[in-house]
Amino acid sequence: MDPKPQTILLNVNQQQHQLEVLPWVSLLDALRESLHLTGTKKGCDHGQCGACTVLCDGKRILSCLSLAVMKDGSEITTIEGIAKEGELHPIQKAFIEHDAFQCGYCTPGQICSAIGMLQEGKANSREEVKELMSGNLCRCGANVGIIDAVMEVKEGGRYE
Amino acid sequence: MNNISYKKAQSVPEAISLVGGDKDKQFLAGGTNLIDLLKYFLTSADTLVDINKIEGSAYHEIGENEGGLRLGALVTNADTAYHPLVEQRYPLLSKAILAGASPQIRNMATNGGNLLQRTRCYYFYDANAPCNKREPGSGCSAIPGYSRIMAILGTSEHCIAVFPSDMCVALAALDAKVNVVGTEGERQLPFSEFHRLPGDTPHLDNNLKQGELITSIDLPENGFAQNYSYLKLRDRHSYAFALVSVATGLALEGEVIKEARIALGGVAHKPWRVREAEVFLMDKKANEKNFAAAAEIILKGATAYRFNAFKIGLARKAIVRNCMMALNPEESQHPGARP
Repeated sequence: MDPKPQTILLNVNQQQHQLEVLPWVSLLDALRESLHLTGTKKGCDHGQCGACTVLCDGKRILSCLSLAVMKDGSEITTIEGIAKEGELHPIQKAFIEHDAFQCGYCTPGQICSAIGMLQEGKANSREEVKELMSGNLCRCGANVGIIDAVMEVKEGGRYE
Repeated sequence: MNNISYKKAQSVPEAISLVGGDKDKQFLAGGTNLIDLLKYFLTSADTLVDINKIEGSAYHEIGENEGGLRLGALVTNADTAYHPLVEQRYPLLSKAILAGASPQIRNMATNGGNLLQRTRCYYFYDANAPCNKREPGSGCSAIPGYSRIMAILGTSEHCIAVFPSDMCVALAALDAKVNVVGTEGERQLPFSEFHRLPGDTPHLDNNLKQGELITSIDLPENGFAQNYSYLKLRDRHSYAFALVSVATGLALEGEVIKEARIALGGVAHKPWRVREAEVFLMDKKANEKNFAAAAEIILKGATAYRFNAFKIGLARKAIVRNCMMALNPEESQHPGARP
């Protein structure tokens, strides 16, 4: 057993951080506890709900099932890094426009997931958007609004 | 979560020597199952050897191989499912992968790791319940317990857990081969010999030896890209494990079947294939009657437990429906198509 902390470099929301983390600390806990970026939520902590979704080197992943040490040298984007210079991201605006949340707990994960999904470019219909957003659960049942919001951005504001 | 130590391997030989003969040292790739098992204290691992950055393009790429494809063990499930050569030549594999887990998990999970995921049996995950898979000799809680999701084929008195992968159901149907390397060198396992039935050793999921590492998966030339279908039946429409799934590949001449592959998921401790049923279908017409007869052969000997008798009928119908869907994949396999 070697409980020594390891030094890692993480670029989080375009800021470079050097962190001392124990090997068993998840990326989620490192973001929340070490960097105090509490926008990323710990829902189930077992990869079942999607609330902890972040972008890692541009791809949506679950931060709860990643060890921080595995991500040494990676670029991470959390919900705190989505808006640019005080301007909300189109997905964020669309979530407000379409009432895409009630309690808001799943929202940071939903938004990171939606941005990752649009970058993947594999969803070409509402059915496919629903399928490819299914890794993010919403207990309030705001899914219709969530899919509407994503569709609007995907269709460049033309979706009704 | 268990306290663990963590090492990064730069090469395959280094990874193998770091794990060696110690069963408490394990390879770490995507981590989507292993890290969860650590959180539940379900593995004794005390050291993880991270293989994500090992040198060698073969582990990280998909490439041509003897008329087929070689899938690097460290390629993610998402990159595999969306790879143009896989989509074109092995759409059955692509569909099966995309039926599993969630997009986030598929972005993390690797091809090698997919083969090594452990069962989702409730009692395996409940550290307070006896489980022969988790603690050999302690008993099986699933047999007298809530057995709704459990196996109907190939079970033993010691374990009725099912293997949860979708990808592996397609790999079984496609006759894939698994390339592994260990301290004693390289070897190749036919897919049918990779996973095990529980028998009296349910703690062993597969036939990897201690310290052996999966390096790649080989797909033979025939991908059944003309007539294929993957059908997954589950309690919700997406992001759930299969109650029953079926992978079908057919080679047809007109209405006549020249070759058939049918593999089942969600019903056994490994992907379930019955050669006798595939031989029965050869040179027969592709119709419901013949597929139903093949389903009877596949499900011969199926045993229900207290809560899962429905799976036998469900599997029978799923086989017939999926084989019919394979006759017209353009319609049945388009994105968003309802099963």
